[in-house]
Amino acid sequence: MRLERRPQVPLLYAAVSPVAAVLLALTLAAGLIAAAGVNPLAAYAEMLKGALGSRLAVTEMLARATPLILTGLAAAVAFRARLWNIGAEGQFYLGALTVAWAGHGPLAALPPVLGIPVAMLLGMAAGALLLLGPTALRLGFGVDEVVTTLLLNFVAVLFVGLMVEGPLKDPMAFGWPSSVPVASGLRLPDLVPRSRLHIGLLVAIGAALLVWLANARTVWGAESRAAGLSPRAAAFAGVSLPRTLLGTAILSGGLAGLAGGIEVLGSTGYVTTTLSPGFGYAGIVVAMLAGLHPAGVVAAAVFVATIFVGADAMSRATEVPSFIADVIMSLSLLCMIVALLLATHRVVR
Amino acid sequence: MTPVLELHRITKRFGPLLANDGITLSLAQGEVLALLGENGAGKTTLMNILFGHYRADEGEVRVMGRPLPPGKPRAAIEAGVGMVHQHFTLAGNLSVLDNVVIGSEPLFRLRSRRAEARAKLLALADRFGLPVDPEARVADLSVGERQRVEILKALTRDARILILDEPTAVLARPEAEQLFRTLRGMTGQGLSIVFISHKLPEVMAASDRVAVLRAGRLVAERRTSDTTPAELAELMVGRRVTRPRRAARAPGPVVLRAEDVTLVERGETRLDAIGFEVREGEILGLVGVSGNGQATLGRLLSGLVRPTSGHLTLGGQDMTALTPRALARAGVGRIPEDRHAEGVIGELAVWENATLERARDPAFARNGFVRRIAARTFAQDLIRRFDIRGATPETRTRLLSGGNMQKLILGRALAANPRFLLANQPTRGLDEGAIAAVHAQLLAAREAGAAILLITEELDEALALSDRLQAIVKGRLSAPVPAEEADPRRLGLLMAGAWEVSHAA
Repeated sequence: MRLERRPQVPLLYAAVSPVAAVLLALTLAAGLIAAAGVNPLAAYAEMLKGALGSRLAVTEMLARATPLILTGLAAAVAFRARLWNIGAEGQFYLGALTVAWAGHGPLAALPPVLGIPVAMLLGMAAGALLLLGPTALRLGFGVDEVVTTLLLNFVAVLFVGLMVEGPLKDPMAFGWPSSVPVASGLRLPDLVPRSRLHIGLLVAIGAALLVWLANARTVWGAESRAAGLSPRAAAFAGVSLPRTLLGTAILSGGLAGLAGGIEVLGSTGYVTTTLSPGFGYAGIVVAMLAGLHPAGVVAAAVFVATIFVGADAMSRATEVPSFIADVIMSLSLLCMIVALLLATHRVVR
Repeated sequence: MTPVLELHRITKRFGPLLANDGITLSLAQGEVLALLGENGAGKTTLMNILFGHYRADEGEVRVMGRPLPPGKPRAAIEAGVGMVHQHFTLAGNLSVLDNVVIGSEPLFRLRSRRAEARAKLLALADRFGLPVDPEARVADLSVGERQRVEILKALTRDARILILDEPTAVLARPEAEQLFRTLRGMTGQGLSIVFISHKLPEVMAASDRVAVLRAGRLVAERRTSDTTPAELAELMVGRRVTRPRRAARAPGPVVLRAEDVTLVERGETRLDAIGFEVREGEILGLVGVSGNGQATLGRLLSGLVRPTSGHLTLGGQDMTALTPRALARAGVGRIPEDRHAEGVIGELAVWENATLERARDPAFARNGFVRRIAARTFAQDLIRRFDIRGATPETRTRLLSGGNMQKLILGRALAANPRFLLANQPTRGLDEGAIAAVHAQLLAAREAGAAILLITEELDEALALSDRLQAIVKGRLSAPVPAEEADPRRLGLLMAGAWEVSHAA
């Protein structure tokens, strides 16, 4: 048996493969749920109810989807140019830390119309800086960015820990290691009243639109795609690989940093070392499920958020631990990779 | 006497493509059979079926009268079939002996039979006149030596039938002649040989019998002594293809000049004080065996590397610091050596490839946004002007045939009427029809006044197109020879570096 590349990927396969992958992942996870002694269908029903069953559930789910859209875009942008940024988690934290620091100190007195955008830009800059280092190392010395970006995640989280235990420690938090809160004027307005859903969702969707525009319509988008598909041919055509990759790193790191900044401004108001339940890593799954397409990223982020918020509800209602959400997400990624392979290749004897 | 090898009604389909159509062929003991055909005629597919890499849809392979189980390379090896692939399957970081032993040893043994294998290897090397050093690292060997290792690898597994896929593609003429002498010696000792080729001279010189494949079918079998190159060419192509001829044209002023150009990369001298000039309306042919600095020269003239020392001028202006994009603006057209790796990006649409090297040109970009309509119109225009078949601006480029892909690259390079054109191996891997089309375009560009540097390994091509010729050997250039004074023999000597001897004398 061998795999043979299809001359043209049928549109139907491309469209169906993420759905099929997700269904297969849910089917496989059903086995685990059954092993926990719970009827899988009942468990999934609880999950849907918990994520979509009420106004509160939907707003919670969308609030969870907001950072996922941004980290998903961060991964999608980088992977498209074959820059393997596994460090969105660290970039998220550095963005969050920078925004928390700036929002408490230098920006606290600014009017929100000015302070919020500047805070977001600072968060983006912090995330971008953290990815520029590994990218420069790859360009200069061929250091594998998978390793460097992954390891920097731990460095970033520990750095956040250092700051919230030290210079940025909130004296009012009863010894709890969290940073001082940002000025209340800088907190993002609610999108839906009496909920935790803030206008960060609109920023994330706007970012998806801009990324789509940059990818599909600009010379930069064309060049970064060319450099990702074939660095040699792109170089022959005069596309500067360093410039393209550094630009990609700024955009990708910036989006992950923005995710962290928005989480602080919109959701918690401060930073802790547990601010992210793995948004950076989940962003990789979101990007893969989306086939790296910005519109798909939005849909995939909503799906992953549904699983996570739903799993929490499910574990409250049944005996299934909420860790099942991690299992479902990981299975979705594995199934998606297989589905992608089967969509682009056919099996021949 | 039963033939040592029989292929009986072999048919193989790849989707809609019929790669082999009911092919029946046999090989007698001690015979050299040449399998002749253009690219895509089905030669390699047929040999891969024989060797068990592919499984035929219909038909049967018999070795020494016994049917071979399909799809099992190991069965083929055990039956005494050895294959020497066009792209060698050697591990560069291992020694010659390791490469020979690999795969032939049982996996679970504490002690390998190295001493035995070594003795056998040396005995075979001696018997067939294939000298090798068993302890040499394969990566340090020349291409010819690596091929020897491949052949020995097959022989140590007791091959009685040897299949060689395009064995001379990477060899210089003297090396190729040596190879065919060796093969002749092997048949004298009872081995039987099939070699795949699309080169008529070597088929005429080295085979006993020729089987001609075209579009997946066996169209003719001839005793070599009963046929002529002209007949074989026509059988191979299926019609009479005449390559265009070069008309006389007085060259104009010098467009591109290289003086004393040296390029050192990672401590190795790739180009050694080379000098040449190309004039307006002239084709300078640079001939040489692959791997003698052509690739480096190509990258240098494509703006990808800078010379270590020396001068490179375009129309009198220094061009050493120009990037690919700046070269395109300065009127330089470039045809890269490897169209798949450098020329086009297969996953992109034809229009994207057509405009990639000018992506930031105001003609195709405004305020950082792609002018998609202008780019598509340009691609449509190229498709029409350069007869790129099977393409629309939206077609994914990898779906084009090699010849049409090359027409796209050629069209992109020639669209702006360049002053200088670098044509690096412009017809490598193309069939006769596409070669004729590429030659016609190059000659038309010459007629229009372009200065063309043609880098090629094909002597026929160099002789047919060039006004003057120079040979490149180990990064050095011979003095130019006018086309009128050049013939294949003299060029063959130059390509072997013989001019250096005459200089010294």
